[in-house]
This record gives sequence, C-alpha cells and structure tokens, in this order.
Amino acid sequence: MFDFIVGKYNYWIYIILMMIGFYAMMSKRNLIKKIIGMNIFQTAIIIFFISIAAKRGATLPILEHAHDGGEHAIEAISYINPLPHVLMLTAIVVMVATLGVALAIVLLIYKKHGTLEEDEILKKIEFQE
Amino acid sequence: MTDQAPILVILFPLMFAFVTPLLGWWKKDLCYPWVLCGLSLSTIFSIITLKEVLNTGVIHYHLGGWDPPWGIEYVIDHLNSFILVLVASISLLVAIYSKRLVKEENPEKEAYFYTLFLLQVTGFLGIVATGDLFNLYVFLEIASLAGYALIAIGEGQAPFATFRYLVMGTIGACFYLLGVGYLYMVTGSLNMADLSQILPNLYHSKVVMVALIFFLVGVAIKMALFPLHAWLPDAYTYAPSATSALVAPLMTKVSVYVMIRIIYTVFKPYYSIEILPVNLILGWLAVIAILYGVIMALRQVDIKRMFCYILIAEIGYMVGGVGLANRLGLTGAILHIMNDALMITCLFLVAGAVVYKLGGHNINQLRDAFKKMPFSMAAFAVVGLSLIGVPPTCGFFSKWYLILGAIEAENWIFIVALLLSSAINAILFFKIVEIAYYGEASHDHNEDSNGGNTIDEAPVSILIPLGVVALAIILAGIFSGKIVSGIIQFAVPPNL
Repeated sequence: MFDFIVGKYNYWIYIILMMIGFYAMMSKRNLIKKIIGMNIFQTAIIIFFISIAAKRGATLPILEHAHDGGEHAIEAISYINPLPHVLMLTAIVVMVATLGVALAIVLLIYKKHGTLEEDEILKKIEFQE
Repeated sequence: MTDQAPILVILFPLMFAFVTPLLGWWKKDLCYPWVLCGLSLSTIFSIITLKEVLNTGVIHYHLGGWDPPWGIEYVIDHLNSFILVLVASISLLVAIYSKRLVKEENPEKEAYFYTLFLLQVTGFLGIVATGDLFNLYVFLEIASLAGYALIAIGEGQAPFATFRYLVMGTIGACFYLLGVGYLYMVTGSLNMADLSQILPNLYHSKVVMVALIFFLVGVAIKMALFPLHAWLPDAYTYAPSATSALVAPLMTKVSVYVMIRIIYTVFKPYYSIEILPVNLILGWLAVIAILYGVIMALRQVDIKRMFCYILIAEIGYMVGGVGLANRLGLTGAILHIMNDALMITCLFLVAGAVVYKLGGHNINQLRDAFKKMPFSMAAFAVVGLSLIGVPPTCGFFSKWYLILGAIEAENWIFIVALLLSSAINAILFFKIVEIAYYGEASHDHNEDSNGGNTIDEAPVSILIPLGVVALAIILAGIFSGKIVSGIIQFAVPPNL
C-alpha cells in the first residue's frame, strides 16, 4: 500500500491538483477564482503528460548528452520520451489562448454587470427580466 | 493540385483568416467578398475530395511527407469526406447570410467577426479531416475558442453565458486530452489507424477503459448530450444571429462525428458493445435527451431558446443511433448528421431573419409573420415538416432508419421516444404557425388597412441562403436513398 502511494507519487500529485482545480471551477462563486481553478486543472494535465515521459536513469534525447558520446544513440531505453513534452508545448499554447479569451470575457462581464461575483450577476439578470 | 485537395480544404479558411483583419484596416467592405471567396474555394476543394473518395477510395494525406504513425496524417474516407462537404457548404451559406446581420449587430467590427468566423470553420474542417488524435484536440480547441469569442459579443447576458460555456468546454477538452494521454501511455501512438491496430491486444487493460470514458465524457460536453447540456441554451440564445446559425448546427454535429470516430474507428465496434457497455448507457442518455429536449422546448416563449432545446433533442437522435450499434442504426445516425445540420441551420437562419425584421426573438413577435415575411416562413414550414418527419423532407428518412435500427436492436423505448418527439414537434410547429398565421385573427376586421399586413421581407442576402437550405432539406429527402447507397453504406464499419 505504501509503495503504491509513494512509488507513483507523480500520479497522485496530478490527481490532487486536478481535483483542486475541479473544485475551484465548480464551487467558487468568483469568476476570477474559477479561472484560476481552470488553470490549475490544465496544469495538472501537463504534469501528467510530462511524468509519463520520464524514465529512471534516462537522459535528454540529444546526442551530446548521451551516456557514451552518442554511440548508443539508438537505444531508446536510455532516453526520456520527448514526444509528450512537444505535445504539452502545443497544449500550453492552447491553454494560454483559453486564459486570454476567458479574461477578455470576464472584462466584458464586468463592463456589463459591474461585478464578478456569480451570485450578484445572477441576481441582476433576474432583476432585468 | 487535386492530390493536395484534402489539406487545401482546411488551409483556405485558415490563410484567409490571417489576411481578413489586415483587409479590414484598409477597407472594411472588402472583408465580406474576401470571406466568401475563401469559403467558396474551401467548398470547391471539399467537393473535389468527395469525388476523389467516391472514385478511388480512402485518401491518406501525409503532412510534410512524414509517414504515419510519426507524422500527422489526414485520412479522408466516405464518412468524413461527406461531412467535410456539409461543413464547408453550410459555413459558406451562413457567411453569405451574415452580410446585413453583422453590420446591424456588430457595426465597425466586421473584420474581427469574419476572422473569428473563418478560424471557427478551420477548426470544424480540421476536426473532421484529421486522422491524428492530438491534432484533433488542437482543432477542437481552435473551433471552441473562436466559438467563445463569437458568442460573447452577443446581446444581453451573452458574456456570462459564454463564461459558463468556456468553463464547461475547457473541462471537456481537458478530458479529451487526458484520454489521448492514457492511450499514448499504453500504446505510444497517436494515429487513429495505428491505434486501432495496436489496441485490440490491450482491451483487457483498465487504462484503455478509462481512456474511452474520458473521451466520451469530453465529447459529450462539447455536443451537449443530456446531463452535460446546461451551457447550450443560454449560449446559443444570446449569441449574434449569424453566430448561432454557424455554431449551433456544426459544433454539435462535428462532436457527434468525433464520437463515431472514436467508438467505431479508434476502438473496434465490439469493444463498446461487449467489453465496456457504453452503447447501452448512450442509448439511455439519448432517450432522456430526446424527451427532455422536446418537453423543455414546449415551455419556451423565446424562439431561439426553443430551437436550442430542439437541438438538444436532435443530439439524442444521433447518439441513440450510435448507441444502437447496428448497421441500420448507425446509418440513421450518420444520415441524421447531415439532415440535422441542414434543419438546425434553417431554424437559426429563420430566427435570424425574424430578429432582423421583427426586432426580437420572442414568440409573440411572430404575429402575422406569414403575411409580412412569406418566404422566410415558407422555409420555416419546410423545416417544421422535416422535424416532424413528413415523408418528402429529409427528417423522415433518418428517423425511418433509426426506427428500423431500433426494431432490429429491440430497443422499444427508443422508438417510443422518437415517436413522442415527432408528436411534440408537431405541437410545437403548429403552435408557432398558429401565432404567425392567425396571429391577429380575433381583431383583424378593424385593423385591416393598418399596413401591418404588407410584405416586409428580409433582404436577398438572407433569403438566398434560407431558400437554398430549405431546398436542400427537400432534396436530401428525395435523394436520401442515393446518399445512403452511394456514401453512407461505405462509411459504416463493414463488420458491424
């Protein structure tokens, strides 16, 4: 049981982070806090992807950093997998774009309703109707 | 040139999108013809691709010459070539339609609107064309982000509704990404064809099981399947007319396409039937979605919101067809992707025309609409008949296949839901017709020459797309036998 928790601590961190983000998105009433939750949620996924690329005792997939001057460059086992890193670079770009759009929409909401608390916005919308 | 057609379909809207804001700074009026030009080229190449697929079979396009599984591959088969044509042509029609509406609803911002519009279309086309799971995620987010921005510039509480959509949509996309990660973890591949080769040996693995669940939940949020639909009505009701006519029919249909791809291409069909019974769950959700959608639609006094709930019910049809997991059911679902895209487009085009001419989307504003806007309302009558499922229109044929599939699967509750939905759609349709046709019947003898009865039809740029879509609904019905035998029967997996 102990091994199960400590041996895979990276996955536990990813799950805990993801749940913190999920909780913030679902139950915080302030829109900025929701956005922060969203970012934590997305970061958890980055950690997950990066940690599946790692290998014990492996090094960077660059020839100069190889264990023995690059002679065994084809031995995939001695290199960490670079592909998840590349995928996450793309995902980070997507996440930054999402953050930008979210903040722009929050600005619009503030201009329209004068507050960022969800309860107050809902009250104002009901009042208008 | 034609062997580059699969990529050109996507590149044209993308490249034209980058030039649109520059053109807008120089001369605003050029944006509209420029967008039409880009989308027409895209439509032409999508038709070329479809012809190529029909003549020579599946096209594999390797981006940058890298061989799959390492490089990104676009796979155009019968299923997605036909959806490519559908997406490209509907977005062209909506672009034609948007001319006056964008000037009215977002004055001075046409250039930015059209940039986002093209990016959104790029996203849709990319999702449909790609054969790579991660590439699909990127296009999914391109489409979603452009969609958030387009919806947020709407009226009233649009920004707040969009914020909710954004939070939900991001969760959906993240779940999809997690699914990709889980599959990559056990297979080391992102290519759909490659995955479908590797995965059968791993079907006992819990990781694969969780991956499929993540995929389906993510896609279900994007398509607004019943328990995850809450963001849809608000977002599409307050969006600008041209936006809702583009996003409402296409985003949901493209998500259904992704669902079919994952269940029937990435995974072998028997996985979701025997090993992890998601089809059963999907079937039940579909029944609830249909009933919930039509009953909520009955309660609405806002026509755009009513159409949103009809859309939620229609999603149930397609998901139900996927969940039947037999040949007829899946044929019905794929045929309904086309029919429903046409019907929902037509509904929101009518809603836009009504908003433009009569100034709002409350049902009471439709009074006497048949006399004021005879052509728009004629189009509405066509789509209404199609929603009910009256034979010459296309709605009848997809429903027919779905019911045949349900009989074969002995899923009686789905048949009941389909028939009930037809009945309630008939009530809805006649409710609107009653208001729009006999609106002032009670006191028309003293207000006869008030000028309220003169024809005051929407401009031609609105009427032409509306007429084309209404005609397409009838033609798709008349030729549905040919569409099924020529295209869709090859799109259904052979061993199903």
